[in-house]
Amino acid sequence: MTDIPNKTPTTGVQGSNSALRNAKRRQRAERRFRFYGFAGVVFALGCLAILLTSLTARGVTAITHSKIQLEILFDETVIDPNGTRDEDEMSRADYQGLVKSALRELFPDANSRRDKKALYKLVSSQAGLSLRDMVLQDPSIIGEKRAIWLIAGDDVDVFRKQTSANTGSLKKKQVSWVRDLEAEGLIENQFNSQFFLSGDSREPEMAGILGAVMGSFLTLLVCFVASFPVGVLAAVYLEEFAPKNKISHIIEVNINNLAAVPSIVFGLLGLALLLNVFGLPRSAPVVGGLVLALMTLPTIIIATRAALKAVPPSIREAAYGLGASPMQVTFHHVVPLSMPGILTGSIIGMSQALGETAPLLLIGMVAFIVDIPTSFVDPATTLPVQIFIWADSPERGFMEKTAAAILVLLAFLLCMNLLAVILRKKFERKY
Amino acid sequence: MKDITMTENLSAADPVVADAPIKIRAEKVNVHYSDKQALFDVSVDLLEKQVTSLIGPSGCGKSTFLRCLNRMNDVVEGCRVSGGLHINGLDINAPSTDVVELRRRVGMVFQKPNPFPKSIYDNVAYGIRIHKLATNKADIDQMVEESLKRVGLFDEVADRLQSPGTGLSGGQQQRLCIARAIAVQPEVLLMDEPCSALDPIATARIEGLIDELRNNYTIVIVTHSMQQAARVSNYTAFFHLGVIEEFGETDQVFTNPTEERTRAYITGRFG
Repeated sequence: MTDIPNKTPTTGVQGSNSALRNAKRRQRAERRFRFYGFAGVVFALGCLAILLTSLTARGVTAITHSKIQLEILFDETVIDPNGTRDEDEMSRADYQGLVKSALRELFPDANSRRDKKALYKLVSSQAGLSLRDMVLQDPSIIGEKRAIWLIAGDDVDVFRKQTSANTGSLKKKQVSWVRDLEAEGLIENQFNSQFFLSGDSREPEMAGILGAVMGSFLTLLVCFVASFPVGVLAAVYLEEFAPKNKISHIIEVNINNLAAVPSIVFGLLGLALLLNVFGLPRSAPVVGGLVLALMTLPTIIIATRAALKAVPPSIREAAYGLGASPMQVTFHHVVPLSMPGILTGSIIGMSQALGETAPLLLIGMVAFIVDIPTSFVDPATTLPVQIFIWADSPERGFMEKTAAAILVLLAFLLCMNLLAVILRKKFERKY
Repeated sequence: MKDITMTENLSAADPVVADAPIKIRAEKVNVHYSDKQALFDVSVDLLEKQVTSLIGPSGCGKSTFLRCLNRMNDVVEGCRVSGGLHINGLDINAPSTDVVELRRRVGMVFQKPNPFPKSIYDNVAYGIRIHKLATNKADIDQMVEESLKRVGLFDEVADRLQSPGTGLSGGQQQRLCIARAIAVQPEVLLMDEPCSALDPIATARIEGLIDELRNNYTIVIVTHSMQQAARVSNYTAFFHLGVIEEFGETDQVFTNPTEERTRAYITGRFG
């Protein structure tokens, strides 16, 4: 970029010395200026690259997790002592106990209470849940002994993924057990479907992103449905129909100011109005979406007005000259022509909303929610809030989850921006 | 086309005697843009199926007057029109006049070709559709074809009716705009310097087209080219500083103007 040939004939027209000096100084200034611009671009790209590599390096390990293979005996006396095969009873059984006895069988040397406790930590404390699901799905396995891959405890996972020799929070004994398992091929890294298919959990190895993804999706849906039509119609009215007088000027100034209001203020408004006055449920995507819609509205209005302004007046004149009514002019010509701009602006607004945390904290979307939300009034959390919660957690296992969640959020943003580009290309028309 | 239904008694001062009936009558038209007055007491009669050209230096009010005739000034912020403007006896500025119907009857072609960024077909069909002149596809097809044939564009674009109108050359675009205007079967065609953005060959085609269209439409054309005014129009109005200095048959205005200023302008000594 910097090596554009910049030679100037030093003879000929530039007769005098001062003119020559002037030209040289001017060319130097030009080169300097171009270099500054280029340096700025390089710096920005470098920062982005550092951010992305560090995030990827931390987060990419979350794609796999450690699993331990144990010989589980589906003991009828534990699962279904009465032999009724009653689902209720079977789901209440102590499946974690089955895991523990399998572990004791594998490592009979752990005798003391402390050793046993350490031993049990090799496998996730929630591993029994997957056994329960297996039994409920197919009760005929009761009484059998099967080799089953179970999710390892988070400390084991962290230990196996780290590159340094540091044993982390694992005790010496635990390390030797893990080494034993590795030697026998009973522990390995498998694709971490848990992370993509489950909700939040107190245990890092069980925590997943799906709850937050669904929450973000539902919230954004509400946000879009509430803000897009209102914003576009408001902009169309202000730009095409409203008389240009003091009042419309004041409205315009206020909309511009609204775009600069800190987002947490919108959260306060949502808390005061939507929760306290209208009594909408706490932590629900519908409330989050409405609050974010308030925040997105000015962005959409400003972008739409700019897009409408960019439609050449000759198109309006042509339509008016044919006898189209103001509404026909607007909706047959002006709005379709400004669609690329409107959509780009709206999607940028939605991207902002996707990354927003502060207003959601105030309306209770920061709560710890395990269940994956399926409706607009279920308690939910969103991706950025989930990142905030995980980043705040003391367990080391959450570190990679945080980075992975950030990557998921970035992927979301990338998809939305891609959509904006595609829509822009699709609707763009030359005039 | 119906006969004129003028009811008022006319003052003897203005009308040009001709056998053609009066299509548009302007009486003491004043136009203000915010605080600036653009037209002063303009009175003129435009005759049916005649071509009237409006000439004069820039900023003299010819375009303003033209835009009064189909109320295109309505959309201009701060523009006020007063005085009497009648087309076939219908008061153009009356609040009861439907501006949509008025603009269907008084079509307009602009300085810069401004086809919609749609297909050639849709450009012409748009007016037909919004005025519901035809509703089934076959009728619309036929009207589109007819209009395009009228402006001599059909043979050039017959095989690409669905390609964008903006892809045509400047002269073709302007003819497309004329086809779009006549597709809604207007009675009057207003042309605001229709050739100023075109090369001489395209200009000649448009002028030839105007010659053919005069048989069916009352045409009012604003032009900066004396030669064009002399070539295409029957009547000429010379505007200067917001008033009509002279109005008469084109031959008379160009060969034997009554006003000294008109003579100066058309001979190029002023303006």
